[in-house]
Amino acid sequence: MRKKLLVLKDIFYQTNGRVILKQINFSLLKGEIHSIIGLNGAGKTSLANLIMGLEGYSPTRGKIIFENRDITKLSLYQRAKLGIALAWQRPAYFEGISVEEYLSLKKSKISPADCLKKVGLNPALYLKRIINEELSGGERKRIELASLIPLEPKLVILDEPDSGIDANSLEIIYLLIKDFKRKGISVLLITHNQKTTFISDRVSLLCNGEIIKQGQPGEIGLFFKKYCQTCNHIGKINKKILRQ
Amino acid sequence: MKLDFSHEFSLIVSSFQKAGASRNIFLDSQIPGIIVEGNSVLAKSEHKGLKIKTRKIKEGVEMKIYLDNGVKMEKPVHLCFGLMAKKGRQVIKAEFFIGKKSKINFISHCSFPFPQGVDHFMKAKVHLAEGAEMNYQEEHYHSSTGKIFVWPKTEIFLKKGAKFSEEFKLIKGRVGKLKIEYFTYQEDKSSSFFLTKIYGKKNDKIDIQETIHLDKRGAKGIAESRLVLIEKARGDIFGEIVAQGAYAQGHLDCQEIVQGEAIASSTPKIIVKHPLAKITHEASIGRINKKELETLIVHGLTQRQAVNFIVQGLLK
Repeated sequence: MRKKLLVLKDIFYQTNGRVILKQINFSLLKGEIHSIIGLNGAGKTSLANLIMGLEGYSPTRGKIIFENRDITKLSLYQRAKLGIALAWQRPAYFEGISVEEYLSLKKSKISPADCLKKVGLNPALYLKRIINEELSGGERKRIELASLIPLEPKLVILDEPDSGIDANSLEIIYLLIKDFKRKGISVLLITHNQKTTFISDRVSLLCNGEIIKQGQPGEIGLFFKKYCQTCNHIGKINKKILRQ
Repeated sequence: MKLDFSHEFSLIVSSFQKAGASRNIFLDSQIPGIIVEGNSVLAKSEHKGLKIKTRKIKEGVEMKIYLDNGVKMEKPVHLCFGLMAKKGRQVIKAEFFIGKKSKINFISHCSFPFPQGVDHFMKAKVHLAEGAEMNYQEEHYHSSTGKIFVWPKTEIFLKKGAKFSEEFKLIKGRVGKLKIEYFTYQEDKSSSFFLTKIYGKKNDKIDIQETIHLDKRGAKGIAESRLVLIEKARGDIFGEIVAQGAYAQGHLDCQEIVQGEAIASSTPKIIVKHPLAKITHEASIGRINKKELETLIVHGLTQRQAVNFIVQGLLK
């Protein structure tokens, strides 16, 4: 039986008087791809930021356990050193920094060119490009995913890696995610696209700050399509539907 | 008695490398230029059409550079100024005379590797004849002590159609106290361009005064400043453009980034004395983007390393 890598215990997160996450209990196994699916505003990105420990994201109560260690109070830097990495939904731009420099932040056996190939970008065309807004959102996103490869993390949190990506490139990103799994890296995959969840081992459905359902991709995907995508999202969970 | 400067020379080579100079510059006799340590001229190399006259003065060197009419220098002229002593003053009085329709590029490295109380003053006058072009790139290295005062003051006189550009860069080591002054006096269709990039730390103090006089018809001038200030550094930029020629065009562009307790200010002054002249300015002062910092920390950099990485990119 695979060991638990990440455990969230009774996580509650409130900011500016608004409850964002409530009583999140969740575990991620070593080498598992686990999707968190939910509509906009469900709390998916807050959950990702909370696990990563970004500034302003600290649970109001509850614990974050990583490799049996309580990391709730650890800084972003300390968590990164433990092997947690995050790819933002909209990654940052860096004026004056080339793709090659960015992909060389950590010394690795894997060259920047090979990292780019893994996300379907031609090194000859991209290594010398500057990471500024002349790159499209999709290109920037793929470069961000490529930048995770040399880090060799234990856990990657991918916040909507599928948004703004064309269909062909999506296949390449799915392959990269499967490659992470093949190397034993756990993936927490945040998405609102039910098709993306099919590469996962398990899926959790987040609604209005709560995980309301967990299961296999097919089961949760169908539920999401049938009930969530047609929901007017008034913030109340219909318990009757959940029992179906 | 023969003077031996080999020790100073090797020290200066290694310190100029820290300022960004290539070692080859010192070894290649084909590269014209001058190396000054304190008030001693360690090396000087001229070129056909290029004369460099020097005179030792009490605390430095007086230097006059002449480029004949119509001479277009292929290789840049290398100027190195430095003071290896921990305390003292170096004054460089420089005058440049660039002949009609001639063209020249200067690369200047200023290195002060051990300052514990060093002043470096550069008083320069630049005269560009009709149609002449001059580009001056200046890079400084001041080590990490911050006990240095650098004050370059340059007056630039541009005749009809002359083009002058200068890039000043101080992004390695500490700044200490820095006061930069530029003044241009421009005739018809001449142009000037200034780009200043400085990274201030601890209690560094930076004052920049850029004054562009677009005196005649069609004269153009642009001054861009990029300052990154962290910890308790302070940066004040005063930009002034005076346009009195018809169709004169000028632009001031100042961007400052502050982190920690650093303070930045930008004061543009625009005076238009002709209805057909046009001057614009833009200024922004902001913090280092939080998402950029956090992204780099996720990639294993400390906060300090992340700030440096962002700054090196911004000032590149």
